[in-house]
Amino acid sequence: MDGLLFFMEVVVGGLLAGTMYSLVALGFVLIFKASATFNFSQGAMVFFSVLAFCGFMQDFNIPFVLAFIMAALLMVVVGLCTERFVLRPLMNASEDTVLMATIGLGYVLEGLAQAAWGVEVRRLDLGIGDFPVPWIADNLKLFISALDITAGLVAALMIIGLFLLFKYTKIGLGLRAVADDAGAASSIGIPLKHIMLLVWSAAGVVALVAGCMWGARAGVQFALVDLALKALPVLIIGGFSSIPGAIIGGLIIGATEKVLEVYIGPFFGGAIEGWAPYVLAIFFLLYRPEGLFGEKIIRRV
Amino acid sequence: MKPVFMTYTKNDIINFCVLMVLGLVIIPTFIKTEYWYTSILIPWLCLALATIGQQIVMGYTGQLALGAAGFMAAGAFACFNLILRVPELGFFGSLIVSGLIAAAFGILFGLPSLKVRGIYLMVATLASQFFIVWMIDKFGWFKNYDSSGIITAQDIVILGVPFTTPLAMYLIIVFVVTILTLLAMNMARGSTGRNWMAVRDMDIAAESMGVSLLRTKVQAFAISAFYCGVAGALFAFTYLKSLEPVAFDIKLSFKILFMCILGGLGTINGAYIGAAFILLFPVLLNSVGNNVFHGAIDATIISSIEQVIFGLLMIVFMIYEPLGMAKLWETIKQNIRPKLTSLNIKILKSSKVKNPKK
Repeated sequence: MDGLLFFMEVVVGGLLAGTMYSLVALGFVLIFKASATFNFSQGAMVFFSVLAFCGFMQDFNIPFVLAFIMAALLMVVVGLCTERFVLRPLMNASEDTVLMATIGLGYVLEGLAQAAWGVEVRRLDLGIGDFPVPWIADNLKLFISALDITAGLVAALMIIGLFLLFKYTKIGLGLRAVADDAGAASSIGIPLKHIMLLVWSAAGVVALVAGCMWGARAGVQFALVDLALKALPVLIIGGFSSIPGAIIGGLIIGATEKVLEVYIGPFFGGAIEGWAPYVLAIFFLLYRPEGLFGEKIIRRV
Repeated sequence: MKPVFMTYTKNDIINFCVLMVLGLVIIPTFIKTEYWYTSILIPWLCLALATIGQQIVMGYTGQLALGAAGFMAAGAFACFNLILRVPELGFFGSLIVSGLIAAAFGILFGLPSLKVRGIYLMVATLASQFFIVWMIDKFGWFKNYDSSGIITAQDIVILGVPFTTPLAMYLIIVFVVTILTLLAMNMARGSTGRNWMAVRDMDIAAESMGVSLLRTKVQAFAISAFYCGVAGALFAFTYLKSLEPVAFDIKLSFKILFMCILGGLGTINGAYIGAAFILLFPVLLNSVGNNVFHGAIDATIISSIEQVIFGLLMIVFMIYEPLGMAKLWETIKQNIRPKLTSLNIKILKSSKVKNPKK
């Protein structure tokens, strides 16, 4: 019974930690859905936004809410610049070229963030403790961190919001049209520029939220960029163009890596969660390259 | 298919001789400071070799891979263990076998390339990066059960002669790099490279022309990993002089990716140009920071600025010259050459006009 309870705890902890990956993956999906661009700089955006947020709050003593709004506005500016100076000139370039440009963009953002706000690890206190919730610990005998639960709730809210946006609003319809065929969409009068700006800003704000969650747990530091890389296997499992996929993928990665780490890791000296998600992604790629919820990729000669 | 080898033109042979004289005669006679060897020439050649590996898989075969440092780690630690456990092999023997071991990893992690491409493949190759470094870190055998985590590399001894001075190490590297570069150029020009490029440009079309995707891709990954493995071993034994898995982290992979892209995809000389740029630019920036601003700018800020500039260059090159600095160099050469010849003709003409008067 204890074994089962422990297993449950590991799984639940993994699932909730997985929602953090989902939050990062969500930013990727947003941009991919609207522009068929793999935004490799999403991890850097997470780092940049949350470091800016911390910088505003700690260096200038700006109150929490105002600092959050300012950081969000900053991400809109970043989105604006990206659209104008990176994406527009690369409108007709191949996928791989745009991907490499976004790697460059990631470098720029990482460098700028560190030049502006320093390289030392900052603590981010959201007022939510990273310790087990007593009520759940007493009643269900599961030790689950309050921060994990908050991250789960935030992720759920954002998913629902974005899902509704994509499904039921005119903007969402425009976004989907642009993703399907940018040329056709612009020829029927969908403002491509605005759509791109909107989607990059939205991805920036998602990055900020993800960064806050990660920052509160691990401290705001450069390692966030590497953590955000784990959103890539999440996307492969969930599918690049699916918002629910990002969530499910995150949950699968989170739970699997924790279970593997706890039950199999000790035989190999631990720390297998560093690569287990990627290997899992390879197996998914071999059997279902488009991911669980992705659209099948058809290539024509 | 019968392999085709390309013959070298007169120009190639002249270039080769000039470079050899430069590398083996001029540099050793005129550069006496150790700094140049230990901090610039040695790492430059090692990283250029790894970049050639990256070029083969990315520039020539068009497969987006991001795990060069993982293969370098495999090569470095394989070389350490071979010298330690099989001393009969000698240094060059160990170097070749460690390259082959890295190639085996390359084949294993290159297999997903048969099914996926683009960023999907990038994620699959990231697995190799993290897995190899983790494996070396966690299994004590690879590190000879050294608890400190950092192992000193053995001295390079060839036929009983120790090669420990920076100049001697430099000469070894020049030797290895020259052979491997010539091989790479020949492969790239011959049927092997033609197949790679056919797969890069349109894999489905290449397949219908009778190019085996399985063979071509796996071959590219294996050769690429071989180059990275040898480069990693040289890097650890001559530049780092120690072995630690952390030295081969994802940052090094990104660095090699940048060298490859900024240098120029699908060119061998681009690998050298890119490696030189990425390696020398921080040195330049630091000296500007120290000499112009007299240390008024913090070192961390300088390294951040360096990162921003690399990123910006990447974006600018992607927009204006996706083929990188090698292409830029070609364009400059092509623009200058006619001007030079016309200048020559003018000089000749004027001298001819002057001559009859005499």
